[in-house]
Amino acid sequence: MQGTMKRSTGDKIFDTFIYIFMAIVAIVTLYPFLNVLAISFNDSVDTVRGGLTIYPREFTLKNYETIFGFDGLLVGFKNSVLRTVIGTAVGVLSASMMAYTLSRPDFQSRRWMSVGFALTMYFTGGLIPGFLLMKNLGLMGTFSVYIIPALLSVWNVFVVRSYIDGLPYALQESAKIDGANDWTIFWKVILPLCQPVLATIALFIAVSHWNAWFDTYLFNNRNPENTTLQYELMKVLQSTQSGNNYRDPNAQQAIASVSPESIKMAITIVVTIPILMVYPFLQKYFVKGMTLGAVKS
Amino acid sequence: MKPLTEDAQVVGSTNKKNRFWFRAFQQRYLYMMSLPFVIWIFIFSYVPVWGWLTAFQNYKPKNGIFDQKWVGLDNFIELFQDERFYIVLRNTLAMSTMGLIVSFTIPVIFALLLNEMRGQFFKRSVQTISYLPHFVSWVVVAGLVTKMLSTDGGAVNQLLMYLNIIDTPIQFMAKGEWFWGIVTLSDLWKEMGWNSIIFLAAMSGIDPELYEASTVDGAGRFRKMWHITLPGIRTTFMVLFILSIGHLVSIGFEKQFLLGNPLVSDYSEVLDLYALKYGIQLSRYSYGTAIGIFNSVVSILLVFIANGIYKRVTKESII
Repeated sequence: MQGTMKRSTGDKIFDTFIYIFMAIVAIVTLYPFLNVLAISFNDSVDTVRGGLTIYPREFTLKNYETIFGFDGLLVGFKNSVLRTVIGTAVGVLSASMMAYTLSRPDFQSRRWMSVGFALTMYFTGGLIPGFLLMKNLGLMGTFSVYIIPALLSVWNVFVVRSYIDGLPYALQESAKIDGANDWTIFWKVILPLCQPVLATIALFIAVSHWNAWFDTYLFNNRNPENTTLQYELMKVLQSTQSGNNYRDPNAQQAIASVSPESIKMAITIVVTIPILMVYPFLQKYFVKGMTLGAVKS
Repeated sequence: MKPLTEDAQVVGSTNKKNRFWFRAFQQRYLYMMSLPFVIWIFIFSYVPVWGWLTAFQNYKPKNGIFDQKWVGLDNFIELFQDERFYIVLRNTLAMSTMGLIVSFTIPVIFALLLNEMRGQFFKRSVQTISYLPHFVSWVVVAGLVTKMLSTDGGAVNQLLMYLNIIDTPIQFMAKGEWFWGIVTLSDLWKEMGWNSIIFLAAMSGIDPELYEASTVDGAGRFRKMWHITLPGIRTTFMVLFILSIGHLVSIGFEKQFLLGNPLVSDYSEVLDLYALKYGIQLSRYSYGTAIGIFNSVVSILLVFIANGIYKRVTKESII
């Protein structure tokens, strides 16, 4: 019964256990990132000696200078940024437009459209039919293959729609009485009110665009002008794992002076940094979106 | 809405068809905002299902889909006669089951412990850190895992050597029988924090009066965790768990593709990779599609089975 005022010994031991456990979780999560960061800033000859932990022994920027000399990497960076920016803008706008029309109770085609969209969450054509479709549509080897097939996420449509359903309908009615048409209501009334949910889906879309590599592998592996950063990293990582070399002639030369190990680590950091930088600021939106989606399902 | 119905009634006196088009004209902006996406989803989600027909053909890309040689179930017969298919199926089921078990136990324990933490600052920091790997791509995670497990300077080998558990570094990535475990643990590392969010949210929805009442009754901390917190998240847990069962065969292939190498391919190849290898790399589109169909059919069956269980469970939990 001493409970609320004073903590028992068992309680204290348990608390200590939790703190130690959580500290281990934090270390295990962060250590790989810090280790790779240290290697990426460490002199590549020194790295071979081993034993690096979380700080560089012989600080150098040479690894980064080398990788920024790779053509593939610069093009990849440009394309990754482009697809993230365009893909997010287009994705948010299309999801909210579709969500708004599906949220209008008086829209005459609302029912069959909702069903048609919802059904697609339960089946997919699969890898090969999808691949053949892209081929037949002439999207192979284009930049559009990153944007058009991923234009809309049905999941996001329903998340935004449930948010709009929670807004008072009277707002739309009064705008209508003031003579606003449906587009104006959407643009001037609904969109500004949806900002929190739009921020959430924007972040999810942006992260998935930034992290995507498989579409480059599938559709643009013979088009170096459309490569992405993740795909370049994938190629570098796979190359020494399976024994053959990174095929970029520039890279061959660079690898002679800086070890492949250091190159890999530096590229890993370049690919990861944008996410690490925005992540802490956006965390609350991610968490909100996660619980929002879960409540819906 | 009201003025619209009045208008509609006036026009409705002519005939039904006109009324439909009048309404459609009134809602023209809504159509402009939605029809492009309806066309889009038809092309990108419904048309590929037609592509399933290729599984019953000997598909050659130079002809149209209706201008192919039909071979009936030949592709499926070949699939079921391929020994490799059973190895691949075993790998898929093994990794998905291991993943399912791990992702529904450890994150719950993690959430439970987080929920018990008193220091808000430390708690929030641990949460922020643990969600982080979720946002990093599998390409990066595969790179980190390979680095950590490498024989020259990998942290895991260094630690094991330091603790005198082993004398020589272990080649983790070259041991086939360890591959399933490595994939499962990598997945755990990446998603543990993220998967715990939903359980934490469920825990925060538990009525605090329950805890107060049990304190008055003299219940200790562990009894509260066992009798209040865990039952409090049971519904969330069951719903998520049953939904995941439907995804047992469609676990994706990113991890296996990126972490695997030729040395461990007997353990790393999963159904989607098998489809990718035959369907795209070897251009046997029809065979690849047949694998995809097998995958989808099993997924749908599992969803129905899981759904049946779910109905019974919810009935029970209502009582």
